[in-house]
This record gives sequence, C-alpha cells and structure tokens, in this order.
Amino acid sequence: MKNNSRRGFMGKAFGAVAGVGAVASLYAMKRSWDPLPSVKAAGFTTLDMSQYKENELVTEKWRGKPIFVLKQTAEMVKKAEENPKDMERLIKIGNDYFLVCLGLCTHLGCIPGYNPDEQSFLCACHGGMYDFTGDVTKAPPPRGLDIPPFKVDGNKLVLGEEGPEYKKMLENGITLKA
Amino acid sequence: MAHFTKAKNLHDWLNQRLAIDTLNRVLATEYWIPKNINFLWAMGMILAITFGLLLVSGIFLLMYYQPNIDLAFDSVNYTIMQEVGYGWLWRHVHGVAASVVFLIIYIHMFTGIYYGSYKNGREMIWISGMLLFVAFSAEAFSGYMLPWGQMSYWAGMVITNLFAGGSLHADGLVEWIRGDYVPAQAFLNRFFMLHVLLIPLAIIGLIGLHFGALRIPHVNNQDGEEIDFDAEAKKYLAGDKANSKVIRFMNDFLAKDMMVVGIFLILFFYLVFYHYDFAMDPVNFDPADGLKTPAHIYPEWYFLWSYEILRPFSTDVGLIAFAFAQVIFFLLPFLDKSPNAVPASRRGLFKYWFWAMLIDMIILTAMGKVPPEGVFSTIGLYAALTFIGLWIILPFITKFEKKV
Repeated sequence: MKNNSRRGFMGKAFGAVAGVGAVASLYAMKRSWDPLPSVKAAGFTTLDMSQYKENELVTEKWRGKPIFVLKQTAEMVKKAEENPKDMERLIKIGNDYFLVCLGLCTHLGCIPGYNPDEQSFLCACHGGMYDFTGDVTKAPPPRGLDIPPFKVDGNKLVLGEEGPEYKKMLENGITLKA
Repeated sequence: MAHFTKAKNLHDWLNQRLAIDTLNRVLATEYWIPKNINFLWAMGMILAITFGLLLVSGIFLLMYYQPNIDLAFDSVNYTIMQEVGYGWLWRHVHGVAASVVFLIIYIHMFTGIYYGSYKNGREMIWISGMLLFVAFSAEAFSGYMLPWGQMSYWAGMVITNLFAGGSLHADGLVEWIRGDYVPAQAFLNRFFMLHVLLIPLAIIGLIGLHFGALRIPHVNNQDGEEIDFDAEAKKYLAGDKANSKVIRFMNDFLAKDMMVVGIFLILFFYLVFYHYDFAMDPVNFDPADGLKTPAHIYPEWYFLWSYEILRPFSTDVGLIAFAFAQVIFFLLPFLDKSPNAVPASRRGLFKYWFWAMLIDMIILTAMGKVPPEGVFSTIGLYAALTFIGLWIILPFITKFEKKV
C-alpha cells in the first residue's frame, strides 16, 4: 500500500513535469511556424501619385500582394458623389481622387480584372463584381475590395503606415484591417 | 531469456529470433478471406501498390527538386524533365499515380458503401479509411504546391484563404499558416516538409490502423453473409477446402488480387507513357506570378465535387456546406440506421439513395470544372442542395428498412 502510493506520487510528479514540457514545446512549435521578423518588417512601399493616368489601372506591389491604383476621371468622381459611401472609399491627393485597394477578391483572394469601358472589376473565379470605387456590386464577395493602411504625404502615398484618412475609413467600416 | 539451440539452417536461425513462421501464419497463410468476393475487393491491394509507386518515384524526384521559390519551377520542368536520366519517368509515374490513386480510393469507398462494409462492427475500418482519405487529400494538395507554377500558387492562395473562415476574418490565422502575407518561401518550405515527411508518416501509420481494423471483423463479402471465420477456418485446415467458406490470403486469394493488380498496372503504365498529360494542368506550366490570377481556377478532378459544393453559395454558407461535405462521410456508419449489411440492391430505399449519391457526385464533379456561369451555376446549386438533402434523409429512409 505504502509502495503503491509512492509509485502513484512518482507517476503524478513525472506527469506534471511532462505536461509542462509538452505545453512549452507546443508554444515553441507555434512560434516556429510564425512569420519571420524580416517578413513582418518589410512592409512599407511609397507610391508617387503624380505618375498615374485617369481610368488606367496600375498594379503595384506591397507585402507581396497586388495593389490596384485607379485615378478617377471627373465623370467617375461625379458618379461617386451620388453615393456618399462610394466617395468615402476614394483617397484625395491634391485635386485628384484615387482608388487604392488590395487587388485581391474579398471572396477567396484571386485577382479581379478591370474593364475600363464599363469601369468595373470582375473576378472570373466565382463571378464577383466591383465598381470603380472597389465597392462590391455582385456576390459572392462579402464586401468591397480592402484598402491597405496608407498615409498621405504631399504628392506621395506611404503604404503600411496608418494615416488619419485611413483610420477614418476603418472607423466608418469602409475597409477591414488588412 | 528464450532457449536457443544450434540452428539447422538460416530459416531456423531466423525463426528462433524473429518467429518468422508465426508471423507468416498470422499475416498470410492463416489470414482468412471469404470466397465470395469479387474484383472490387482488390482495390485495397491496388492502393497499397500505388502508394509504393508514389513513395519510390517521390524519393527519386526528391534528389533533384529544389524547395526554393526561385528554383523550384526549373528544378522540376528543366532539371528533372530534361537533364536527369529517366527523370521524366519518375515525374510521370508520380503525377499519374497521384491522380489515379484518387480514382481507386473513390471506387474503394463506393464499393464499401454499396456492400454495407462500414456497418455492424466494421465502423473502425470505415473511419480509419476516411482518415486515410483526408491524409491523402492533404498529401495531394501539399504536393501540388511544389512545382511552384501558376495553379500551384493560386491553389495555395485560395485554399489557405478558406481558413479565414469567411466573416470570421481570421487573417492572422491565414498568415500564420503561410508564414507570410502571401504564399512565399516560408510557405513553400513548410509544405515541402509536410509533403515529404509529416503527412507520409501519418499515412503509413493510418494504413497500419486500417489493416489492423480488419483483423477482428474481417472483410465483408458479396452477399453480406455473416461468416463464422473460426469454424470455417477449422474446416479448411481439416482438409475440407471445398465446403469451407474461406480461403487463405496467401497464396489463394493473393492470386486473384495480383491478377487485378496486373490489369491495373497495364492501364497505369499506358497512362504514364502515352497520356501522362491528363494529370497535369497546362496552367501549372507557367511559373507562379503573385500579380496575375489565371482566368479560371479549378482544383484537380478529384476535389471538384467538394469545390462545387462551396461555390454556388455566398461565402459563409458556402464554407459551412464545404465543411459539411468534408466530415459527413465519417458519420456514414451512424447515419445508416438499418440493421442490414447486405448489397444495396437487396435493401429498401437505400438502393436508390446509393445511385442518387453516386450520380450527384459525378454531376458536382462535372459542374466544378466548368466556369460558374448561367445554367451551370444553377445545375451546380441544385446538385449541391441534393448532396446535403441526401445526407439529411439517410437516417430516415434506413430506419424503416426491414431486416433481410
């Protein structure tokens, strides 16, 4: 009897030590699988906004993801003004308005194509559509194209830094945190 | 310590140390197989042989493959295909086997469903088999990434995005799985590890479990007859082979198994040498480009049915339907409430259920391949709803089945 309780104690003590070790190694495994610091740090891109032409989609790259830049024509701005939610999606730099968004469908992450004549985006994979402000017009995508964190710096746009205009978009629910 | 005597020959020497005679008896010469089973029961052996082919061809590919996003594409499409002597052979064997193995798995599964081989004591055979199906799916997906072509990259993008859980928006989890914001070097390395080590280890373990699960309930038979294996084996060993309902696995049944395997291998190598391209998507011969999506993304044929269940719905509903399709087959032994483990043709409404399920999955597969537009979308939607509906009615239609 005495021996049994001694064995039982030894078993429990070993179990406790093994348990601590198991939890610690699971944490180490989780951290090993995390993105590397160098991957996380390489997160800033500066765009010169004076180089873009109206209604011509340019794809830039930020954190390995495609970024759509679409300078709006006067007509497009007029059309967007009819719908305040559309207007809030655009970024004003000087006197020009831009759509700057992640070029990844909010459904499953494919890259939609832009049709300049119809001024709309089509994601061919599952038939999702967006208008020229990146707002969703046809499901399955659950929301408009996401807008990356940005800061307006004169004529330039810094991607990866959260400026006041971006924070306002987040508050208004225009975009989710990318 | 056991008692050892001076060995008479090598066989005796090994027998004293490894009990090879006992092993041979338990695993082969006295492993009993019912007489009345047809060629569909040879699919297990075909799968074992195909897994062997995948393993050997994979080892040879591994020697020249480079798990690096700048080198991977050329290491496969140039080095292995052009430079390595007979490298093309290993690649085509590996590619064709990866595709054909799923065809055989589906035949194996539907044979089990048709003959009720998942019921009345054989539940663990079914569950371990479904676990193998999941492991093979993960193995196929991780292998599909490795040539780092366009379809590889975008399949990686789309499938890992599923883990964001739609409106849950768990982007942190997706980035954690990838080790980067997009599929990149960390992603390729970890999927390489999964494909060549972790998942194959799991598969080998699960094959052991699947075989072990057969040991006590034994394989089912064509008539769903409940055989007393001990009594029949006694009859066989006593010399009454004609009246015994069972035969030895080796060499008796193995002869039939090997004939089916032989026919399979002729077809298999015909595909390897003359039609290897059916298992290779042309889009994957463009190097991966993170800034350009292919016009139409679709998975390999064996995932099309579950892909099509995801597609016709809005994101969240689609994800739930997709998750449903992934797990529901596991529950088959418990959803089928009938006491009968006999062929579907001798059962009640289940015989219609079986063919409806098979045809529905073929329709889903066909619809998953075509672009999601117009009438195809509609057919896809109804086929997906039919799939879910069939599983919901299964317990009800089988509950009222009379014992045959």
